[in-house]
Amino acid sequence: MKQILYKFTRTKIFWPILALAVLLILNLLLIPGFFSIEIKDGHLFGSLIDILNRVVPLLIISIGMTIVIAKEGIDISVGSVLAISGALAASIMESSSVWVALIAAIGIGIVCGLWNGMLVSVFDIQPMVATLILLIVGRGIAQLITGGQILTIDNKIYDYIGSGFLLGLPFPIFIGLAVFLILLYMKKRTALGLFIESIGNNMTASKFAGIQPKRIILIGYAICGVCAAIAGIIVSANVSSADANNAGLWIELDAILAVVIGGTSMRGGRYFLSGTVVGALFIQSLTTTIYSVGINPQIIMVVKAIAVIIVCLFQSEKFRLAFLQFGKKKVPLQ
Amino acid sequence: MKYFKFNMKENHIFILATMMLIILMYGYGSISFTGFASTQVFLNLFIDNAYLIIVATGMAFVIITGGIDLSVGAFVAFISMVSASLLQLGLNAYLVILISLLIGIAFGAFQGYLISQFDLHPWIVTLAGMFLARGASFLISTDSIVITNETYSSLSQFKLYLFGDSYISIGVIIAIIVVAVSLYMAKFTKFGRNVYAIGGNVGSAKLMGLPVKKTTIWVYIFSSFCSALGGIVFTLYMLSGYGLHLMGMEMDAIAACVIGGILLTGGFGYLIGPTLGVLSMGIIQTIIMFQGTLSSWWTKIAIGVLLLLFIVLQRLVVMRRGKRDAIQLEKQADTLEVEPKVASGEYK
Repeated sequence: MKQILYKFTRTKIFWPILALAVLLILNLLLIPGFFSIEIKDGHLFGSLIDILNRVVPLLIISIGMTIVIAKEGIDISVGSVLAISGALAASIMESSSVWVALIAAIGIGIVCGLWNGMLVSVFDIQPMVATLILLIVGRGIAQLITGGQILTIDNKIYDYIGSGFLLGLPFPIFIGLAVFLILLYMKKRTALGLFIESIGNNMTASKFAGIQPKRIILIGYAICGVCAAIAGIIVSANVSSADANNAGLWIELDAILAVVIGGTSMRGGRYFLSGTVVGALFIQSLTTTIYSVGINPQIIMVVKAIAVIIVCLFQSEKFRLAFLQFGKKKVPLQ
Repeated sequence: MKYFKFNMKENHIFILATMMLIILMYGYGSISFTGFASTQVFLNLFIDNAYLIIVATGMAFVIITGGIDLSVGAFVAFISMVSASLLQLGLNAYLVILISLLIGIAFGAFQGYLISQFDLHPWIVTLAGMFLARGASFLISTDSIVITNETYSSLSQFKLYLFGDSYISIGVIIAIIVVAVSLYMAKFTKFGRNVYAIGGNVGSAKLMGLPVKKTTIWVYIFSSFCSALGGIVFTLYMLSGYGLHLMGMEMDAIAACVIGGILLTGGFGYLIGPTLGVLSMGIIQTIIMFQGTLSSWWTKIAIGVLLLLFIVLQRLVVMRRGKRDAIQLEKQADTLEVEPKVASGEYK
């Protein structure tokens, strides 16, 4: 038993889970009724359900981002892609059916992903720079689609995606779960997952092993683009409108934080989808906690920043060394 | 005749391309719109973007070391908030400026320490710094604070007249000083050489015994100091403090650096570049303003297209350099191959 526990503390997922657990315990002490779940009209209500519901867009984007970061890449354009897909879906729904709109929204996600992937893999441009272009242009394109206005959406099927209930739980939770399971299956059971990890670890070695890194990178960015598009659909469906300016603003930063908190290294290599899920849950729980404690919501950013610095410090080997040896014999950091 | 041959150094391609672009766009503007070619319109480019020039120049040092500073936009807003609230309390204006600069230095030292000492990724640390600065400015107040201080008003109304009627503001003077100082630092000081060495290859820099950690910390201090200075200039320009000022400005600063020919991989770039980048972005904005019928989001699209062009150009130059090196290596390999053959012939 002790052995298993010790092993568990060595795994990457230990720190994010610990952070989440500490946060939840804090909630248990501070907020009465945080863990209570009640049933109204056959639907479940409660803070925990709320967290699960709200986290979905961030979660889906973070999962896509994990795939990209696994190859030492980064995609900072996801927020703009989210805005574009929401805007496109809303504008198409004005004239044709909801299914066309959904397909078009996901299609634009693939196109944006392929564009980023093409710049990164074919032209060999640094990922951050390549995606910076779409980050800046994307919101302009989204505004072009909406004509600079906030489009309102009035469609029952589309509304159901954002705020419907299935089996007593909000529908977005199921979308998030589906995306997570599909990508987890891809990672564990398909060649693509293996290839992505191998490219992240050592590009040259994988090339000699007969993997075509360029194609894999292209697919990785396309997956990230689709994830961003799905999140865009959920976000716009949830508020029944598409806002080119503010939809998904700063979500790319939250997503990167979720990935890093989850234990995936920014330098590529092994990636942890479940860690990312925990990271996203951590960020959303923090947000909900601050709202329910009744602190001014603007403070959220300060708390987020401090939490992130602490979590990252504990992930850093050097800091842990310094922390453990605090007060003992002084060993200079190298 | 040989001496007059146009011999362009590869390193200058980016700067020349950006300058060419500025001249082309400015020429297009002057031909298409009446009143575009006046001196004041040109000087307004500097007046409106002085804070961005200062911030982008500070950021350029960070990028040359291979890092990034995402906290700049939020920090400018934070400084505007701090100075506005301190002035509201009735503090002396110059003391407020001094406090702002000191906060900048402390903030940069904190970020640099975390990055260099614990090997944290600069993206994450400065991201946290961005959240911290934005959140902290909302802690001070969630509303916009108008500045009524006399010293600040007189400073903001200060005009230095050049060529008759046209003038520049105090912000432009500060920006010119910052650019001049950083040009000097990059070219003629030990610090500048260390910065380029670290950006070129951290491993070799360490092996050479260069103070990598110290330089990294100083680079972030300089960047935050520039943000604080930019914040003061921006506060003078707006005469108000607000936590939502300049959302997404860090991306503008990065774009200015890229357009100005500073490679985001680090180790290369001239410190005049960010200024040129800011100018070309400013000209796009001015053209769209003069055009009148185009909406403001076209600015973003135009800047994005420009960014794409420059990134592809950077890529082409780097690729050409790589090819040339490869050819040289091949030549060396050929000469190396010949010798063993002779040797082996002797021994037969």
